[in-house]
Amino acid sequence: MAGADRLDREAHRTREEVCMSDPLFLVRGLTVEFGGLTALSGLDMEVNPGEIVGLIGPNGAGKTTAFNAITGIVRPSAGRVYFRGTDITHWSPPRIASAGIARTFQSIRLYDDLTVAENVMVASHSAISYTFLEAIVGLGRFSREERRIQEKAERLLDLMGLTEFARERASSLPYGSQRKLEVARALALEPSLLLLDEPVAGMNPAETMEFSNLLRKIREDLDLSIALIEHDMGFVMKICHTITVIDHGIPIARGAPGEIKTNEQVIAAYLGE
Amino acid sequence: MDISFATQQLVFGFTLGCFYGLIAIGYTMVYGVLRLINFAHGDLLMVSAYFAFFGIIIFELPWQISFLLAVALTGVLGILIDRGAYRPLRHSPRISALITAIGISFLLENLALVIVGGRPKSFPLPSLFGGVIKIAGVTIPVLSVWVFFITALLLAAVMYIVRRTRVGMAMRALSLDMETVGLMGVDANRVISFTFVLGSVLAAAGGMMWSMKYPAVEPFMGVLPGLKAFVAAVLGGIGNVAGAALGGFILGVAEILIVAVKPEWSGYRDAIAFCILIVILLTRPRGIMGEELPD
Amino acid sequence: MESEARSPLQHKTRDRVLTLLSVGALFAFLWYADHHFSPYSIRILNNIAIFIILAVSYNLINGVTGQFSLEPNAFVAVGAYTSALLTLSPEEKIRSFIIEPIVWPLSEISVSFPVSLLCAGLLTALMALLMSIPVFRVRGDYLAIVTLGFGEVIQVVANNLVSITNGPLGLKGLHPHTTLWWSWGFCVLTVFSVVRLVRSSYGRAMQAVREDETAAQAMGINAFRTKTLAFTFSAFFEGVAGGLLAHLITTISPSLFTFFLTFHLLIIIVVGGLGSTTGVVVAAALFTWGGEFLRIVEEPTTIFGYYYEGIPGMRMVILSLLLIVVMLFARRGLMGGKEFSWQALIDWTGRLIALAKRCV
Repeated sequence: MAGADRLDREAHRTREEVCMSDPLFLVRGLTVEFGGLTALSGLDMEVNPGEIVGLIGPNGAGKTTAFNAITGIVRPSAGRVYFRGTDITHWSPPRIASAGIARTFQSIRLYDDLTVAENVMVASHSAISYTFLEAIVGLGRFSREERRIQEKAERLLDLMGLTEFARERASSLPYGSQRKLEVARALALEPSLLLLDEPVAGMNPAETMEFSNLLRKIREDLDLSIALIEHDMGFVMKICHTITVIDHGIPIARGAPGEIKTNEQVIAAYLGE
Repeated sequence: MDISFATQQLVFGFTLGCFYGLIAIGYTMVYGVLRLINFAHGDLLMVSAYFAFFGIIIFELPWQISFLLAVALTGVLGILIDRGAYRPLRHSPRISALITAIGISFLLENLALVIVGGRPKSFPLPSLFGGVIKIAGVTIPVLSVWVFFITALLLAAVMYIVRRTRVGMAMRALSLDMETVGLMGVDANRVISFTFVLGSVLAAAGGMMWSMKYPAVEPFMGVLPGLKAFVAAVLGGIGNVAGAALGGFILGVAEILIVAVKPEWSGYRDAIAFCILIVILLTRPRGIMGEELPD
Repeated sequence: MESEARSPLQHKTRDRVLTLLSVGALFAFLWYADHHFSPYSIRILNNIAIFIILAVSYNLINGVTGQFSLEPNAFVAVGAYTSALLTLSPEEKIRSFIIEPIVWPLSEISVSFPVSLLCAGLLTALMALLMSIPVFRVRGDYLAIVTLGFGEVIQVVANNLVSITNGPLGLKGLHPHTTLWWSWGFCVLTVFSVVRLVRSSYGRAMQAVREDETAAQAMGINAFRTKTLAFTFSAFFEGVAGGLLAHLITTISPSLFTFFLTFHLLIIIVVGGLGSTTGVVVAAALFTWGGEFLRIVEEPTTIFGYYYEGIPGMRMVILSLLLIVVMLFARRGLMGGKEFSWQALIDWTGRLIALAKRCV
């Protein structure tokens, strides 16, 4: 069928590209269709090691859909996603997470009933080294591993400035702290690529500035690459190396912040919003 | 096995399938819109039967009035259950609504037990539905013919409502995305109430006819049919009305035919639905006509 | 700040000692009860232990992992029959199976009580594992229906597979192996295992699946494996409880293991608080002990000079209403979602003492 042929051709073409340019993360022609509606059409994206890439566009443009398709929560109708040269297009979310891609959610999706510390500790489960039987009996490996997980969570909470809340229920946190907790949780996966969905939404300028500095610090300390979705233009322009713009599911521009700021199509898309 | 016997078994199977289908439609509609398995739905079969029984035997109303009243009252009960028990939990974790649903189901059954007593009551059969007719040498109960007609009629009505009316469209939209639909000015609660009424009315009609075919009315009579009807809904494709009817037919015919072919398995008859359920979940979880429901 | 975060580990030794002492006190009490209580009271104590086992296991899949399941009556039945069929001697089996002789190899096998319990648990765990494959691979909503249906199937099988289960006649004359030591011993074991599991990373994963399955998967948790673990674990202890129950009441038949049993457990875990092991233990004890009182509603009695006929089924009406009311108005149950901890008890006692001091 035509669709399959197109997929094959794209896969073939982009495999060559991957070998040549070697970005950490590559998206080609990502398309998502829901029963007649095209939420996303032909998105290309690239993240090189250490880069911060922005994905912006008017409301409902399909940005979160893109993240959902990349992380396996939604099935792409067409296109390919590559991570470290491997095709991860149809991988399941846990597998993608274990491979080194972590994300936060636009609408905060914390484990409300668990404590702040537990929220972060859960992310360490996929790499757990003890079996459930050992957990029950409580042999040496269990205690050591639990201590390791706990200390890692403490470090991350400290990094994000959330230590005072460690024993509180996640749902009781103020909004800004909840957003930071989502990031801390994602970092517990020890990812190479961090996907942030509207990380500073609802933050005032002071908090946003603090978050930008934090983000830069995390990127350096933990050797991360970042892709983020945001509406706050100031934040995006300041912190991103490259920006991709989509409108109604279709990519309309890609480039450095300076170029995007003055791009006519981009301005028109936002004005029309 | 001769043709006449086989045809008769087929007729029985279709009749049973009609019952399962009528109940399954209510399950599938509510699940489609709310993602809730309304465990109390099967018990509506029992409730409507008791309503009709009381109308005819205790209040001595003509059966036409009793049946109509029973259907109407059951519809009202459906709305009351939604308003009282499910609506308050609309934004709670799904397990809360499920547990409440089981609670309502058990409450209905035991209320019936307390009010009416456990001894099965004999459901009266109006003469219109009695007797048999002979078609091409095969003896078919008149009731079965009525069941086919009424089921077909009701099915057509529901399909029309779901496909061609604004309410039906709203129902389908709700099943895809409840939040956005609310934003577009649709009163989600009213549409949901309507869904419950529709399903309840169908279940009540099924209950009336079921009681004429299997005249022993007792508080727990709706449990197994309800369970099997849900399996039928899953078989046909949960969320799909035509699928529910189709699933009902397949299940009804399967149950009758399997026992007809292997009478030694008749004790295990009720396990057939369970086996079918497991097979569907293993091979094609979205059912015959089902689409992938979002989340 | 650091010392606060590490305090649960700091007091680990103290907590362990306190727990050990409590268990010791419990067994001392049981020894006393064994020698001084009436058979009726002992029966109730045994029942309480068994229901605690059932409630705590049932809570693991429903409350901790958030997957609505209706499995207990099926697994308890399987466990009861398995254990009973294994402990009965070949002669006893010949005497019991009057409709159809029991099938080989069951006709020859006869094992000790503890071995039969282990087999009961393992068989139910295996069934749970097999069921997990069709159910947890797809939308978990169907778990309730599948387990409900399975309960019906077990009823049907128990009644019809006469050469294995002796059909509606059931199995009589089982040795009353279940003593306070066995039932409470397993009770302590079950509670201990479940608590440790919930406090480990596996427990956290289960709760994460309950809180937000999609987010959990995005954080690397395999929801299928997590749910399967919880379900199988629950099943194991429910099977063992079935064996204990069988050898307590010494007569089992299919009609014993209907949906009523599951419903009772559902009420217990809802009132106790879904996910709270402490609440569930307390609720199980309360309901089993207090259940005797509810029986009044169904028997003729005289209250305040009025003769009350007693209505069968009234008990269940009251319980159903209780369930609905709790779900609508007090979802977090008895404990409000909090768990027992020695630290909390110490804090609470301290506050009580301070309050008393001020009043004096």
